Amino acid sequence: MIKPFAITLGPGSSRSNHTGAWRTQRPVYVSRLAPCTQACPAGENPQAWLFHAESGDYRRAWEALVLDNPLPAVMGRACYHPCEGACNRGHLDASVGIRGVERFLGDLAITEGWALPVAAPPTGKRVLIVGAGPSGLSAAYQLRRLGHHVTMRDAGRQPGGLMRTGIPRYRLPRPILDAEIARILALGVELQLETPVDDLQSAMRDGGFGACFAAIGAHLAKRVDIPAADACHIFDALSLLSDVEAGARPALGRRVVVCGGGDTALDVARTARRLGAQESLVIYRRTQAQMPAHAEELREALDEGIEVRWLRTVTQLDPGQLTLEKMRLDADGRAQPTGELETIAADSLVLALGQEVDLTPLARVSGVRFTDDGSVVVGADLMTGCPGLFCGGDMVPATRSIAVAVGHGRRAALHIDAYLRGTTLDEPVPPAPAGYERLNTWYYTDAERRRQPVLDALRRQATFDEIHDGLTTDHALLEARRCLSCGNCFECDNCFGVCPDNAVIKLGPGRGFAIDYDFCKGCGLCAKECPCGAIDLVPEDI
Amino acid sequence: MSNSDEEMSRQPQPLRFYQTGTFTAGNRLLDPARRTVQASLDRSNTLTSGHRACQGCGEALGARYVLDAAMRASDRRLIAVNATGCLEVFTTPSPETAWTLPWMHSLFGNAPAVATGVAAALAVKGRRGRVIAQGGDGGTCDIGLGCLSGMFERNDDVLYVCYDNEGYMNTGVQRSSATPAGARTSTTPVVGDRGGQSFGVGKSLPLIAMAHRIPYVATATVAELHDLEAKVSHAMALHGARYLHVFVPCPLGWGCPGDETIHVARLAMECGLFPVFAAENGVVTESRTIRRRVPVTDYLRTQKRFAHLFAETAAAREALARLQTLADDNIRRFALAEVAP
Repeated sequence: MIKPFAITLGPGSSRSNHTGAWRTQRPVYVSRLAPCTQACPAGENPQAWLFHAESGDYRRAWEALVLDNPLPAVMGRACYHPCEGACNRGHLDASVGIRGVERFLGDLAITEGWALPVAAPPTGKRVLIVGAGPSGLSAAYQLRRLGHHVTMRDAGRQPGGLMRTGIPRYRLPRPILDAEIARILALGVELQLETPVDDLQSAMRDGGFGACFAAIGAHLAKRVDIPAADACHIFDALSLLSDVEAGARPALGRRVVVCGGGDTALDVARTARRLGAQESLVIYRRTQAQMPAHAEELREALDEGIEVRWLRTVTQLDPGQLTLEKMRLDADGRAQPTGELETIAADSLVLALGQEVDLTPLARVSGVRFTDDGSVVVGADLMTGCPGLFCGGDMVPATRSIAVAVGHGRRAALHIDAYLRGTTLDEPVPPAPAGYERLNTWYYTDAERRRQPVLDALRRQATFDEIHDGLTTDHALLEARRCLSCGNCFECDNCFGVCPDNAVIKLGPGRGFAIDYDFCKGCGLCAKECPCGAIDLVPEDI
Repeated sequence: MSNSDEEMSRQPQPLRFYQTGTFTAGNRLLDPARRTVQASLDRSNTLTSGHRACQGCGEALGARYVLDAAMRASDRRLIAVNATGCLEVFTTPSPETAWTLPWMHSLFGNAPAVATGVAAALAVKGRRGRVIAQGGDGGTCDIGLGCLSGMFERNDDVLYVCYDNEGYMNTGVQRSSATPAGARTSTTPVVGDRGGQSFGVGKSLPLIAMAHRIPYVATATVAELHDLEAKVSHAMALHGARYLHVFVPCPLGWGCPGDETIHVARLAMECGLFPVFAAENGVVTESRTIRRRVPVTDYLRTQKRFAHLFAETAAAREALARLQTLADDNIRRFALAEVAP
C-alpha cells in the first residue's frame, strides 16, 4: 500500500496477527437444560415459551407451549408447579410465576379462539384410548397431530376425568375446562361417553385398533372398616365430589368431619363449607410434616376456616357423634395408637383415605403384570406386557398429578406412533442442566414477583366462584420478563460487548453470535459475563 | 386493579420491566436507542482484533469502549494522540496497528501538549474534527502531569482519557502515584509481613482536574458500560478541556485471572474504593449510587497484589481497616450510598 506522507502503519493491519494461536481454551455457545424444563412432568419447556411471552408475542408463546401440553388454562390453575420449585430465580428473589403466565396464555387463547396445530394427513391407523381424563386427552391430542384415528371411550357422562369430578369449581371453572377439551376433540377425536370398557384385549381386537392407551385413573376409594350404626352418614370423598359436580347437594349436616391428609380431603372439607356446613374439620393420623396435601392447599383451607386436627383417627361413628383415638409418632415416624379416646359432635363423616386403580379391564389381558400395591407395570415406553397396550396416569407407578398424567399421555402417544410404524422411539437425551452457579445474576434487574389477586375469605366460604384471579397483562409480561433464560442465549449482547479482542461476531437479531476463532485469545470474559450461562469454555487440544 | 397498578400501566414502562435493563450491553427487548454503542452492529471497532494485549486486558476493552462512543459522537471525525504505555505498545508493534482511526504516538509525557497542537491545527485549517488524547496512569498522573495541567489551564479543546490500571504495567508493574495503598508492585515489594504501597502517598487526578475548574471531569469503569458511554457522549457535546478517568483492571499486574476483569472492576466500584462520579467546572454534579455494597475485603481478596493483607498479623489487619476507612470516606464524600454508611 502506498501510504500518504507521514503515515507509517496501515489501519487495522494488526488483523494479520492471528492471536487465536494464544488460546488454551475456547468459548463455545451452548443450549443447556433449564431447571423448569427439567422439572416439568408434562414435558413442557417453560424457558422456551417464556422467551416469546417476554416480547409480548403471546400467540407464539402459546403455540410453543401447546406443542407439549394442550391444557394450559387448566394446568395454569390445577398444576402444583414443580417448575417454580426448581426455578433458578428462586435463589435470587422469588421464582418466576410460571403457572400464572401459563394460565394467562391459556385464558387468552380461549378468548381469542386460537387453534391447536393441525393434524397430519391420515395414516390409516386406529388407536383406542380408554379414559377421557388429562392423560387420555393429552394422548388423543398428540396422536391426532400425528394423523392417527383416535377413538376415546369413557364411562362417565362428560369427558375430563378427575379434572371435572375431583377438582372443585372454585379451583377450575367448568367453562374453561370445557373449552380446552372441546378444542382437542375438534381435531377429530371420536368420543364415546358412558361406554365403560370391561376387557381391553377384546376391545382392541374387535375395534381393529392397532394400539390402545389405557388411562382410567384411580377412582376406587380405599376402604377402611369403621364401626358405625345404620343411621350414620358416611361418604366417600371422590364420590361426594363427583355427585356435587353432577348437581347434587348431599345432606352433610352442620358438622362435617373429613378423615384423610391429602388434597382431596381438603377439597372435600372446603366444598362442604360451601354447601352450608358450619364446621368442617379435617382429621389426619400424623402431623403436618407428613401430610401429603400441598402446603398452599392447606393454607387456603385454613384461610377459609377449615379446622385441622393432627394425630387422630376415627374409631367409631354413632348418630351425631364421632369417637376419635389420639395417635403418636414412633421413632420411625409411624402413627401408633395411644389408647386415649375423645368424642366430637359430627353429622357426617367423609373418608378421603386414598384411591386405588380398578384393574378389572386389564385382569384378563395376557402379559400384563401388576405391582403389589395395585398399579400396572409398564416399561420406559409406557407399554404393558401386552404388545400394543400402553398405560399411563394414575394407573401406573408414578407421582399422581395432572402434569404427570399429561406427560404420560404425550410420551405414550409418541411411543404408540413408533409402535404402529413397526419401530421404537429413542427419547432424546436432554442437554446438561443449566445450574444456578452458571449464571451471572448481577445483570438481571431487581423485580419483585407479582401475585395473583385472591377472593376474600367471606365470599370463598359461600360460593363456588373461582378463588384465584389471573395475572393482568402487565403482570404476566413482568413475570415472563423475570425469567433468567437459564442456559439459553437471549441476545443481551454482553459477549459481543465484553470481548477485548473484538472476537465475537454478532450475526443479527434472532441469529445469535459466533466466535472469531482466528482472534479469540480464550480469556473467558464472554463466558463469565454471560448472564444466563450459555457459553462453555472447552480446553483446546494442545 | 389498585390505584398504583393503574398508574403503573399509564406511565411508560419503567426499565425494571426488562430482564436486564441497562446492566447488559444490549437486550432484544430494549429500544435500540437505549442499547449501548457496543451492542450495535455498526460500532466503529476503533481498536480492532490482532493486538497484543494480554488475555482479558481491561485497558483494551476500556479503549474500545471510549473510542467507539467518541467516534459515534463525533461522526467519525476523530484524531487520537497516544502517550507511551501499554496501550500504545500492544496496539502498534510496527508495521502493524490495531487502530482504525487517525492516530499519533507522542512521547511518554507530552500527549496533552501534542493534542493541543492537533486541535490548534484543525482550527487554523478550518477543518471539522475532534481530538482525544489518551494515556495510562503513569503517563498521566506522573510523567505527563505538567503538560496536562497546562492543557487544562489553557482550556484547550481536547478530551483527555486516562486508563488507570494503577501502575506502570508495560515496563513490569512499577508503582505510580495512582497505585493504591497496600498494593504490591515491583517497586513496592512485600518484605516479611509488611509492604505494598504505603498509605499517605498518591494523587487523585480527578480531583486535581476538578481543581482546574475545567468544563467536565468524570470517572468511569469498564464494569459500567452504559455509564461510561454516556459520559463520553456528554464530554463530546462540550468544548474545552475535558478529563475522563477510566478504571481498567490489569489481570497480569494485579494477579487475577483474565476472565475476572469486569468482576474485579465491579467490586472496586461496589466497595467504594473507586467512586464513579462526574463534575462540571469544579463541582460534583452526579455520582453513581452503589447497587449492592460489599466490604473492601471482597474486592482485595480477588487480586494477588493484595494477598499479603490477608495474613493474620496486626499490620495486615490495620491496613485492611485503613482501606475500609478510605472506602467509607469516598462513599460519604461522593454520596455513593442511598443511606449513609
